[in-house]
Order: sequence, then C-alpha cells, then structure tokens
Amino acid sequence: MTQAHAPMAKEPVVSVENLHVRFLMREATVAAINGVSFDLEAGQVLGILGESGSGKSVTLRALMRLLPPARTRMEGRIRVAGHEITTMDEAALRQVRGAKVAMIFQEPMIALDPVFTIGVQIAETIVRHEGVSYRAANKRALELLEMVQIPSAARRLKAYPHEMSGGMRQRAMIALALSCRPSVLLADEPTTALDVTVQIQIILLLRQLQQELGMAVIFVTHDVGVAVEVADRIAVMYAGRFVEVGPTEKVIDAPGHPYTAALLTSTVLGSAFGRRLEVIPGMPPDLRALPEGCSFAPRCRHAEEHCRVRMPPESTLSPERMTRCLRVAAGEIDLPSPNLSDRNVTRP
Amino acid sequence: MPRPSALLAVEHLTKHFALKGGLFGRTSALVQAVDDVSFTVERGETLGIVGESGCGKSTTARLLMHLIKPDRGSIAFEGQTVGAAEGLSHRQLHRQMQMVFQDSYASLNPRLPVAMSIAFGPLVHGLAKAHALARAMELLAAVGLDPALFANRYPHELSGGQRQRINVARALALEPRIVILDEAVSALDKSVEAQVLNLLADLKARFDLTYVFISHDLNVVRYISDRVMVMYLGKIVEIGPADRVYGDPQHPYTRALLSAMPSMDPRRRTRQAPLSGDPPNPIRPPSGCRFRTRCPLAEKVCETTPPALLALAPDGARRVACHVHVPGSGHTRAAARGAA
Repeated sequence: MTQAHAPMAKEPVVSVENLHVRFLMREATVAAINGVSFDLEAGQVLGILGESGSGKSVTLRALMRLLPPARTRMEGRIRVAGHEITTMDEAALRQVRGAKVAMIFQEPMIALDPVFTIGVQIAETIVRHEGVSYRAANKRALELLEMVQIPSAARRLKAYPHEMSGGMRQRAMIALALSCRPSVLLADEPTTALDVTVQIQIILLLRQLQQELGMAVIFVTHDVGVAVEVADRIAVMYAGRFVEVGPTEKVIDAPGHPYTAALLTSTVLGSAFGRRLEVIPGMPPDLRALPEGCSFAPRCRHAEEHCRVRMPPESTLSPERMTRCLRVAAGEIDLPSPNLSDRNVTRP
Repeated sequence: MPRPSALLAVEHLTKHFALKGGLFGRTSALVQAVDDVSFTVERGETLGIVGESGCGKSTTARLLMHLIKPDRGSIAFEGQTVGAAEGLSHRQLHRQMQMVFQDSYASLNPRLPVAMSIAFGPLVHGLAKAHALARAMELLAAVGLDPALFANRYPHELSGGQRQRINVARALALEPRIVILDEAVSALDKSVEAQVLNLLADLKARFDLTYVFISHDLNVVRYISDRVMVMYLGKIVEIGPADRVYGDPQHPYTRALLSAMPSMDPRRRTRQAPLSGDPPNPIRPPSGCRFRTRCPLAEKVCETTPPALLALAPDGARRVACHVHVPGSGHTRAAARGAA
C-alpha cells in the first residue's frame, strides 16, 4: 500500500513496492506474487492472513531473498532497514540476514542444526555478526534463553534440539533469531505445529518481546484467531496479492473485501453448532494461468462483468485501509459483519 | 458405564508401547499411550475426541479399528465382543466401522484410479467387480464429485479437499455404521474444511452414520459433536454433552484448554496463558493425577492417588476425573463441597 495519505514521520523499516515473484518450472511459470506493496513502521506488527498457495510465505522469503535464485524471477523493490534487498550481492546479504532481519519458522527442528547444542548455535551467530569473543557471546546466549523464558536456561544451553520439547525448541529458535537484535522479525506460521496450550504461550512471548525490543514483525498465518492475537494491521492475501489491508479491528469488524468476508464466515466456530456452514464455492485459481480481472471473481457472489475485465487496483477505503474490490470501493455492496467474538465458543 | 444399548462399548482399553534400546534391544521404557480408557459411542451420535499431541486420541482410533493390538481391554459392537470366540471377528467389525485419516495423499494408492480405490474394499469382501465399480460411481456422486470427470483420475491429479472426499467415499464403500475421522479435515484450508464438514453432515443424515471425530481443533469439534471426550496423557479427563463440556467445563484441564484458544476479538486479546510449559512426556507420566504438574488446583492427594472417571452428581451424563469433584477425596476444595 502506498501510504500517500498517511503522513509518515520517519522512513518505514520495511518498504515493498510492486513486488512480483515468478517461479520458472519445466512446463509452466507460476505467478506466486503479483504486485504486493506495503510499508511497515518500526514497532508495528503486520499479520498476513491467507490460505495455502496465497503467497504469504513466498512474500516473507522474498524479503530475505531466500528463494532459489536459478528458478526465481523477482521484480519490484524491497527495502529492509535501509538496505536495498533486491539489488544486493550475496556477501552483503549475509551481513543483513540475521543482523537486521531474522526469521522464525513453523518447524524449529528444520531451522536448528541437530548436531550442535543450542548454546553453540546462538553464540556462533553472535560471534559471526558482531565479532565479539565466544566468552561474551556465551553470556549473551544465556541472557537470550532467559529472555525467551526457558526454565533452567544455563542447563538448556548445553542441550541439543532433539532433547527439547516442541515449545522449548520454538523458544530456542526465537532466541536464535533475536540474538543479533534484528529490527525486523519475520515469523512464518511459528505456532501452527504447536498444541493450543503451548501456542498461546508462544504468542504472548512474541507479543511481549516485540514490545520490549520495539521490533517490527511480519507474522504469516492461516489462522484468523492467531492473527487477531498478534497483529496491529492485517493484510489478507489471495492469489499472490494483498486484497485488503487495514487495522485488525476494522478488518475483523467490517471486512473490506468479499474474500475476507467469506473467509471469516467459513471459518468454523463452535457456536455455529447445528447450522450449515457458509462456504466459498470452488477452489483458489491456478497460479500458472490466472484469470483476467479480479482473481477472486470466479468464486465471488458479488462479482459483475467489469470485475472480470482487469485486476482491480488498490483503492483507499479510509485512511489506513486498502481494498482491491471495485464494488466495495464504489460503495455498491455491504459485506456482512461476521461478528466473530459472539460466535466464538465461550472462553471460561 | 457402558449400557447395553450402546452401538460401541469400549472397556479398559490399554496400550503401552515398548521403547527398545541398548545392545540387546531390551525394553527400556513404556509409553503409556492409552491407559485404561472406557467409553461408549451411541447410535447416530457424533463423539468428538480432543486433546493435545501425545494424549492418545489417535492411538484410541487405531485400537478401535484394530490397526494396533490392545494390551488389555475389550470392544463390543452392538453387545457382541470383538475378537471373542462367539463374538464378532475383526473382519466383520471392519464392515461396520471404517476410518478416514489426516493425510489424504498417503492414504490412497497412487497407482490406482480413485474409483478403483473406492471399489477395492467391496471387491476384497466378495462383491463382483461390476457391482463394486457401480457402487464407487454412486459414492463419487454422493461426495460431490462428478463420476464422469473423476472416476479415472489418479490421486495426484486431485486437490487436497477432493482427495479427502475420495477417502470419505472409500470409507463408506462397505456401508459401515461407524466412521472414525482422525484429523480428517485438519490438513485442509478453512474454506475447504467448511465444504467437507457440510458434506460429512449430509452423509451422516443420508446413510444413518455414527461418527467418532478426532481433532485438535476445538472449534471444529464443538461444531460437529454431540458429545465430547477430553483426553490428557492417555487418560480421559472429562466426557459429556458438547454444550455442557464447552459451556461449563469441570476438569481444570478442559478449562485451560478452552481458555488457551486464540481470541477472535481484537479488543479482548488473551492476557495470560492458562498453562505454562509443555505436556509432560508420556514415557514417564506424573504419579497420581497426570495433569497435576500443570494444574492450578493440585494438592497432596493428586500426587498420590489417580482420580477415577466418575459421573458428576447433578449431571449424570457427564463424567470427570478430578479429586475436586469427589467429596471426601482429601482435596480441600472437595471437602468444602462435601460439607456444604
């Protein structure tokens, strides 16, 4: 979203302009990201909400240029913490990754090295980026484990990843990601594989650390509840585009795109008991052959002829709110307010 | 206690997996995956089973299907004990009870067109090939896939939601009375999940089915279930009508589980996690009540005596395994209750 209307005091810590990512496969080209633009200020949490294949994880990986270079074509401009990511060489990128921008993943077992202890992995990262002694780095590693609330942290420094439970591994990965005090943290579904009682602990920990350290966070999830718990702003993704962006309360209370509205009403909530669920008909579009016009139009019950002509541009609904729906922008349709809080099962 | 009218009655079901270790492959530890679990499934209901990983919900499903052999305990279908001399054979049970798994791809043969996968069960059970294929076509239509378009496709040519519809069709091919759905919608996107849940509701009414629905998603279980069973580390901690268990949970674990669900209201975000730490390792479960190490109400008695799953006095339909609800158990809150 180009925020010409919102006066910006300082430069945003993340700025993405018209990002396109295509993957060249043997038989076809997959258009994974098709024009994503947004700014993120320091200390803000952006939640990217979308279903599988919507491009939310690809967006995160593009921000760190973690996509396989041989098969990936990237266009557009990405600035992270004052660095021009799109044009950087590999050596310069290595200085930025981990130091300015760090990432946590869904599966810590894959992100952590199984043959080194947690303490060694954290200390190594600090030494590599900050050039301090191992003695100083080990001390920081201990502080980091305490910061992510790992009990008996000194003992855990000497533990291997497989010796820890899922929740502890996730905390260790957060400690590793924060070891060089990055200004941007990218979180790719970090709570999806966790049990619900552990998930809420990790959400609260991330929220607390984000506030204490003043980090900007981009949190990717498919779970509306998780997005509501963490995000200041929510971007809803569909077929490689942000179809709606806005403050969390506004997006949840009064969706500004038919896809958001449909996603919220088809999310199964316990108190819908006995009622038939409203579903989105059909399937997400094939990214190898996107339809002309709005990519949601084939499944949208509000779609009209002009929706199918060309992709709707980003329109401003109100300050801070963007939609890619022609009819919502023109004030032609009222989307149902799903009132999720009423429909949630009672939380004792 | 199991009543004779129950469609499925499970008693004292127990499975401890041996962990082999060391030079001679001796048993070094036992994982108490399911420990002395008794419950019933009534005709026409949906019984939801919830719990976190390692609680034994999937092992329970596999024990019901006899995919793994229980160490102890019995399963009776319509009063006939499964595996007993004059009871039902496992083969006969499989005609009555089928299962749908989470991984829609791994549970289909990649080299068979999906119509053949659906017809396979009836073929094995002696139906002529033409009849079995005709039934497969009917079932494809019943799960919302046009037989003309889909019958000859292979699993890799379908989306996850379509594949899960095939798995449901295959489970129905033997005309079972009970379908066990083990995380059957968990891998699907929310919009597809809603489609499959609607389909399951339609099929249940049309074919007069009984479901055992296993999931870690508390919202989905509440949506689909008539009764809910909550498990923790191989034990049932609470079982009862879904609206009561969710509306007024009586076990401290059920309460914690429900309040750990993310808020759907940005103005009322969760402030404090109801539990700290991870569930303990099922290899060495805590003594007494297995939840006591994370329980806010734990006392001395919880450490020494495992609580029995007992009917709640004013509410016979609900059973809870917690000393707090047993007058005279030695728990201070229970004593207060008994005196009042």
